Amino acid sequence: MPSPADDAPVVGESPLSSERAEPAIAVDRLSKSFGQLEAVRQVSFTVAPGETFGFLGPNGAGKSTTISMLCTLLRPTAGRARVAGIDVAAEPGKVRSRIGLVFQDPTVDDYLTAAENLRFHGQLYGVPHAVLEPRMREVLEMVELVDRRNDLVRTFSGGMRRRLEIARGLLHSPRVLFLDEPTVGLDPQTRSHIWRYINSLRKIEHITIFLTTHYMDEAEYCDRIAIMDNGQIVVCDTPEALKQLVGRDRVEISTDDSDATISELAARFGLDASISEGAVTFFVANGEEFLPRLFAELSLPIRSVRVARPTLDDVFMTYTGRTIRDAEASGTDHLRSNPWVRARVGRR
Amino acid sequence: MSVDPLTGPSGVPAPAAGDLHRAAARPMPAVPRVHEVSGRLTDDLRGLRVVWKRELIRFTRDRLRIITSLIQPVLFLFILGTGLSTFTSSATASVNFKTFMFPGIIAMTVLFTAIFSAISIVWDREFGFLREMLVSPVRRWALVVGKCLGGMTVATIQGAIFLLLAGAVGVPYAPLMLLTLIGEMALTAFTLTAFGILLAARMTQVQSFQVVVQFFVMPMFFLSGAVFPLSKLPSWLAILTKIDPLTYAVDPMRRAVFAHINVSPHAIRVLSPGVTWNGWMLPTGVEIAMVAVMALVLLLGAIVNFSRTD
Ligand SMILES: Nc1ncnc2c1ncn2[C@@H]1O[C@H](COP(=O)(O)OP(=O)(O)O)[C@@H](O)[C@H]1O
Ligand SMILES: [Mg+2]
Repeated sequence: MPSPADDAPVVGESPLSSERAEPAIAVDRLSKSFGQLEAVRQVSFTVAPGETFGFLGPNGAGKSTTISMLCTLLRPTAGRARVAGIDVAAEPGKVRSRIGLVFQDPTVDDYLTAAENLRFHGQLYGVPHAVLEPRMREVLEMVELVDRRNDLVRTFSGGMRRRLEIARGLLHSPRVLFLDEPTVGLDPQTRSHIWRYINSLRKIEHITIFLTTHYMDEAEYCDRIAIMDNGQIVVCDTPEALKQLVGRDRVEISTDDSDATISELAARFGLDASISEGAVTFFVANGEEFLPRLFAELSLPIRSVRVARPTLDDVFMTYTGRTIRDAEASGTDHLRSNPWVRARVGRR
Repeated sequence: MSVDPLTGPSGVPAPAAGDLHRAAARPMPAVPRVHEVSGRLTDDLRGLRVVWKRELIRFTRDRLRIITSLIQPVLFLFILGTGLSTFTSSATASVNFKTFMFPGIIAMTVLFTAIFSAISIVWDREFGFLREMLVSPVRRWALVVGKCLGGMTVATIQGAIFLLLAGAVGVPYAPLMLLTLIGEMALTAFTLTAFGILLAARMTQVQSFQVVVQFFVMPMFFLSGAVFPLSKLPSWLAILTKIDPLTYAVDPMRRAVFAHINVSPHAIRVLSPGVTWNGWMLPTGVEIAMVAVMALVLLLGAIVNFSRTD
């Protein structure tokens, strides 16, 4: 099996310094325990410069904990990580100057204006005075907030705040931008808006993006995704490859008696079906060809049927044995112990 | 299931992903890096200024807070002070009780403003802005010092506004006295902000603010000699007042005021007796030095507390 280094896409002949040719993020058996709880277990992966890499997993999978370690807010229990060429444990300050971060919970100051938030950020990151104002304009334009620049953030909607945070994360031209659930809690329209910004940002700024999400559809935007469950990466590849990996169509049928249907499917077709979101679900190599047989042979009347090409949901299900929503429902949220890092939970 | 983190479950062949635009296939154009903080002192000082300035902006924008935090000291001075003065005039050797209280109430204003400013960190943590600061390349000591200077500035301004009332309670607007008081207020405010930051580190929720006020702020205030003279106290109370660090901040302020009003030596002995340790009267300089040392110790504690990562 290839080692982590082999998996990293090779950067071609680029005139860039050796430091830049190095992976944007290289993580080697990174672990984090909180007392008894192993939040992140032996995670290894590599992200190439310019890549958009996503962590996909239910609440409590360990995504934010991983990001916190990469951003030097948490100290790893074991393992190593390099971000933008710098070891996170050895030189946290240097790592911080090279990354941008959009947290899962909002971190803009409500009592300051959008421009003040950005200006302070620029000063914290040492953006020279001459560059700061034009750069502020640039990022505000990107997220379409220029005309609101002098308004207090308190008056902004959730989506506008998020956009402001993204603009702020970009202000100091980081090499790697971390987005922790950039769209969580937003309505679908705002979500797609935010994704438009993220996508245009990839084109304009050419930066490496590391994001986490528990929305399957959003993972599709990533060059590569790692599916995370219970603190471990269960699989990591391009969304297309992952779907091919599943290789089978998903069939959902509903009948009056789900349990009887499941046992009949097992007895008659040798299929391993389960109930997912109320429907009996199973996988077959070719759904359309299978349906006529199903109608002909199943003794119970079928009320409805749905055939779908594999989705990331199916990938998730194949690797973890449950849908992400079921995983979500069983996962519990938590309070953080470090008083300085503890996030606001469940208040959005 | 044995799973290689990078290729998936063993047995499942890793798919060829050549058809996909692997990001690295795109050339990476050199994006001009704006600036990289390199751990220089100037970068930390710039960060320090940001934290300080934010405190100031938030203070000046919150006019309501400025006014409401003047209400309590005004009530103490003019209602309690007037009420008590009716039956204390003989005991106070005919000095207006409000004049006596004035420096104490200034200290009270500084105390509450500084603690409130420090504890706003808990709000910042709750509402996230703290993380924006913690994840920036600015070193932690600079953030803490900036916060202390912010609390100091805000509390000193608030105290200085209160100084304007001096005339109403028979205290002259002597420039030297005003400057001394402002200097002492600033030192006291810095110390109290550092103390408040340490308390904030232990507070897990905004609601604990009341606990802090009841357990620390009110006892510190009452034992400091702000509202009654520290002469002729029963010994248990005298000991408690000497333990209270705020005592050593209030006393120099009272001395500064009493040096600028016309009162008999007897009145000074009763109302501004100074602090004695085993019969030794502490000079003002020693009291101020003590507060300054406390400031440094608390500041170091706050920095250590702030810098830890788990
Ligand atoms: N500071 C902490 N103290 C204790 N447990 C924590 C802390 N932070 C996270 N956890 C736990 O670690 C696990 C992973 O959390 P997290 O990384 O936030 O997941 P995700 O971001 O994927 O939803 C959860 O079970 C959570 O309860
Ligand atoms: Mg999270």
